[in-house]
Amino acid sequence: MEDKKKVKQTEILKKVFRRLGKYRIFLVFSILLASLSVALTLYVPKLIGHAVDYIIGAGAVNFAGVYKVMISIGVCTLVTAFAQWIMNICNNKMTYQIVRDIRNEAFQKIEILPLKYIDTHPHGELVSRVIADVDQFADGLLMGFTQLFTGAATILGTFCFMLSVNVKITFVVVLITPVSFFVANFIAKHTFAMFKLQSETRGEQTGLIDEMIGNQKVVQTFGRKEEVTERFDEINKRLQKYSLRATFFSSITNPATRFVNSLVYTGVGITGAFSVLGGGLSVGQLTSFLSYANQYTKPFNEISGVVTELQNAVACAQRIFELIEEEPEIPDGESAVCLKNIKGKVQAEHVYFSYLPEQKLIEDFNLEVVPGQKIAVVGPTGCGKTTLINLLMRFYDIDSGSIRVEGLDIRQVTRQSLRAGYGMVLQDTWLKTGTIRENIMLGKPDATEEEVIAAAKASHIHSFIRRLPKGYETWITEDGSGLSQGQKQLLCIARVMLLRPPMLILDEATSSIDTRTEMKIQEAFAKLMEGRTTFIVAHRLSTIREADVILVMKDGKIVEQGRHESLLKQNGFYKHLYESQFVKNESAGN
Amino acid sequence: MKSLLIYLKDYKKETVLAPLFKLLEASFELIVPLVMAAVIDVGIENRDRPYILKMCLILIALGGIGLICSITAQYFAAKAATGFAAKLRHELFWHIQKFTFTQMDTIGSATLITRMTSDINQVQAGVNLVLRLFLRSPFIVFGAMVMAFVVDVKAAFVFVVVIPLLSIVVFGIMLITMPLYKKVQANLDRVLLVTRENLTGARVLRAFNKEESEKKRFLSGNQILTDAQKYVGRIAGLMNPLTYIIVNAGTILLLYTGAVRVDKGILTQGEVVALVNYMSQILVELVKLANLIITVTKAIACGNRIEKILEEKPDRKDGKWKWEENEETPFIEFKHVSLVYDGNGAESLEDITFTAKKGDIIGIIGGTGSGKSSLVNLIPRFYDATKGEVRINGKDVKEYETESLRARIGVVPQKAALFKGTIAENIRWGKADATEEEIAEALETAQAAEFVEKKEGKLSYNIEQNGRNLSGGQRQRLTIARALVRKPEILILDDSASALDFATDAALRKALRARKEKMTVFIVSQRAASVQDADQIIVLDDGEIVGKGTHKELLLNCPAYQEIYYSQFPKEAENGR
Repeated sequence: MEDKKKVKQTEILKKVFRRLGKYRIFLVFSILLASLSVALTLYVPKLIGHAVDYIIGAGAVNFAGVYKVMISIGVCTLVTAFAQWIMNICNNKMTYQIVRDIRNEAFQKIEILPLKYIDTHPHGELVSRVIADVDQFADGLLMGFTQLFTGAATILGTFCFMLSVNVKITFVVVLITPVSFFVANFIAKHTFAMFKLQSETRGEQTGLIDEMIGNQKVVQTFGRKEEVTERFDEINKRLQKYSLRATFFSSITNPATRFVNSLVYTGVGITGAFSVLGGGLSVGQLTSFLSYANQYTKPFNEISGVVTELQNAVACAQRIFELIEEEPEIPDGESAVCLKNIKGKVQAEHVYFSYLPEQKLIEDFNLEVVPGQKIAVVGPTGCGKTTLINLLMRFYDIDSGSIRVEGLDIRQVTRQSLRAGYGMVLQDTWLKTGTIRENIMLGKPDATEEEVIAAAKASHIHSFIRRLPKGYETWITEDGSGLSQGQKQLLCIARVMLLRPPMLILDEATSSIDTRTEMKIQEAFAKLMEGRTTFIVAHRLSTIREADVILVMKDGKIVEQGRHESLLKQNGFYKHLYESQFVKNESAGN
Repeated sequence: MKSLLIYLKDYKKETVLAPLFKLLEASFELIVPLVMAAVIDVGIENRDRPYILKMCLILIALGGIGLICSITAQYFAAKAATGFAAKLRHELFWHIQKFTFTQMDTIGSATLITRMTSDINQVQAGVNLVLRLFLRSPFIVFGAMVMAFVVDVKAAFVFVVVIPLLSIVVFGIMLITMPLYKKVQANLDRVLLVTRENLTGARVLRAFNKEESEKKRFLSGNQILTDAQKYVGRIAGLMNPLTYIIVNAGTILLLYTGAVRVDKGILTQGEVVALVNYMSQILVELVKLANLIITVTKAIACGNRIEKILEEKPDRKDGKWKWEENEETPFIEFKHVSLVYDGNGAESLEDITFTAKKGDIIGIIGGTGSGKSSLVNLIPRFYDATKGEVRINGKDVKEYETESLRARIGVVPQKAALFKGTIAENIRWGKADATEEEIAEALETAQAAEFVEKKEGKLSYNIEQNGRNLSGGQRQRLTIARALVRKPEILILDDSASALDFATDAALRKALRARKEKMTVFIVSQRAASVQDADQIIVLDDGEIVGKGTHKELLLNCPAYQEIYYSQFPKEAENGR
């Protein structure tokens, strides 16, 4: 188990290094410069020690020596500072460009992911992979890596310098330092449990906040604020308790390691001073030692933090690579042709499809659509009417059989030309962040002002847009804030109206657009539908009656198929549906 | 941020003690170099081994006392910070619960949730850090300088030059980079937006073949972000090298002055070592201080955002009237009522006048945005009329005690919101002490009894957050039952049968009529079938009443109603009746 995890981690690291390859030169520079600056930084205390030894007492100062040391320190400092600066620049370049590359890679994958993947994964989570995880990964891995490297170099370097000065005292330092490492580790382990409790309770509280503030109006309507706050306070008290513990225990780490450091310092002080008396050490060397003792312990404290950071980074990297390595949708074949001159002939032959292998949905579905026909899809809500849209637009591929447009199997034509053949208006309106104009022009970025206005007029949204203070330049956000559901749908219609594609897929409005607007849309649609093959998810009786073919769906399956009259005669599910949805119940009348 | 500090007042003791103990610890830390100097100057000079041992014991003692002080300080700081945050969370939660509908509309629940969660967490972290470090770091910086003066005045002047120089570099770079980091954040937000759009709008974008142009949009946004990051990085990357240069220059100067002063016999060797030590202490603390300031600025920004929410006072004044029947006046009366929503120029309701008798069923019909919901929202005072009066029992609703008014009204909102908990708990929102019989009766009327019966555990069936494990129609019926269980005088169904099929909708209305209590019902709908058997139908268009009467009357004389009706029931269907 443990081994498997290790293998996985090395694999991830390999992938990281592959992406690092392009910036190898920066990495090499960075490591060289880091080594240089560490070495020089460590050399300075030794120089200071020399200087101290030149300053023995009144009238006994070797000024020539002091000057020499001063110049040496000055040179070291300038070189170190310069090396550090260049190193920072290299690291920045490397980090940010890798982040950019990985993000680009991830986004490009998103564009070719099968919709199945997008439909089955929470969007927020995918977004956080591309944004937060990549950031965490970059911070954690590259910063962690440099810290680890400079830390290790510092420890090693200090160790060598100390050895070069005095072996016995070095031994004392090496013996005591790990204690601080263990202390920090010990505390971290115990804090972890408390952090977990804290974050669990925090999660519970966020859930309640989400519910009660998201539905504050309901809370208010029923005058429940006291009860709700009582529940909140109960969790809040627990959270306070747990966060006190987590915060307190985690904050012990620093003082505790500082105490261990002071032990090291004292140890060096005693052994050092005695060595001086024994004649094995000069006062200047003792000074150098004291500052080495300080420097030597610092990386240990840092490294214990770096390890968790690195682990976190690897976990983040894993999530990103999972996305990047996800199987893309099958690309268009090389022989894929471009659908041209679409008249609207659509055939389905023995189509089988299911989202999950063990749950059969569409079985042996056959359909023959002559250009200009209207196909109504009816069924209770949640019956899977969108499945059909998914298949026609090739958002999902069918399992077997074929769907043909103009006699060509849609898997043998380019997706782009197939999709360009359809105009789609879904009930689930989606708008892009941008101006209203940009949204209408989505399918045709080079549309003229006249065309945009004509499309808006035909969709009965022009007068509304004109009345907005900024008109067509009004900025709308993703959730279309400020627009009613009906207005959003009208905008989506205008989007298609501008294109006038040969085939249409419409999702008829249910309750969101009011009757009067809907009638106007119906008129506009009628005009648009003239001579065009239309698949329409229908809720309105008139649409259904006029349809050339009605597909009746239930539980994701097509259960009946035919015209209105003949379906009624069948006395099956359609009849039942018709009666419950469209014929007024006797008791309702008076 | 300042006004939030009152939530620290229960932790006065901790707030004072935490920094105090920190200062104590810092003072001990400042003594260390002096002790070491004594070891060198006295112990080594006089070859006095016991003295050296004694001094080293003092060092350990200093470390030990420092540890205790510091742990005490950490405890007080953690206690104050977490207590403060808990109190603030409570206050904010309670405060938000008092917001009116208008305020919820303008502020938005998403913002409020962020304020309650991540913002408060940031503030907590900020308070904790401030209590621990905000005094400590400057204290060590200046303490080191003071100690230097104690050692030698002339040498200490090096500190007087170095400290301001260091401060200028550290804080100058911070001042320059902070707005740049904000810009980076804004660029990151744009990249995030494009990513999210390509997930939520995958169908539409692919249907319109936008993949290539979206890729271009992402690549260019991402490049801008990278450039901005690199730019800030280059400036921030100057911090370490510059501070290093300054401190080492200071050290060189110290060595020089030290050498001169020792030569003259004014200073000792050990004292020079102590001075050099103080110099390096300063560097460490300044860097800590800079990090601290970044956290604190963030926390202050969060605190200010929270403060703004707390400053938002509920904009409704309660009256004193309790519910009292008055048979002489119409039960409910709208008198020339108009309504303008905050931030909207146009009137959403204009000159609405009508009356309703006790026990009436009032249907309200009209297109989207015609003001149907706005009209019924005025009855429980969710919004206040900007002109005119809404009267119940002859009293303006503004004169009622809002709680007592709302207790008599059952509202079924458009959005069927349920809460985590059992079905029974959810129904009891309507009436906290409802008996099982009362609940059963409400479920029966709401046409929900049948499906609840089929659920595992029936009334104790657990509903997930937002009622995820129920269908739209089931949710809607439970919200109706929730409103009914309190046996309200007035029942408002705000388009609450939209997810029900016609048969269930009809059965619901039949059951409502059959109830014993005299309940006045408002049915808001876009379906003509839902309102046509009402005692009075009000037809709204663009915020105005364009028709008032029974189904038959309106069918004869109201064109707007005819249009709606015939669009839903084409004439041949009508003939078939």
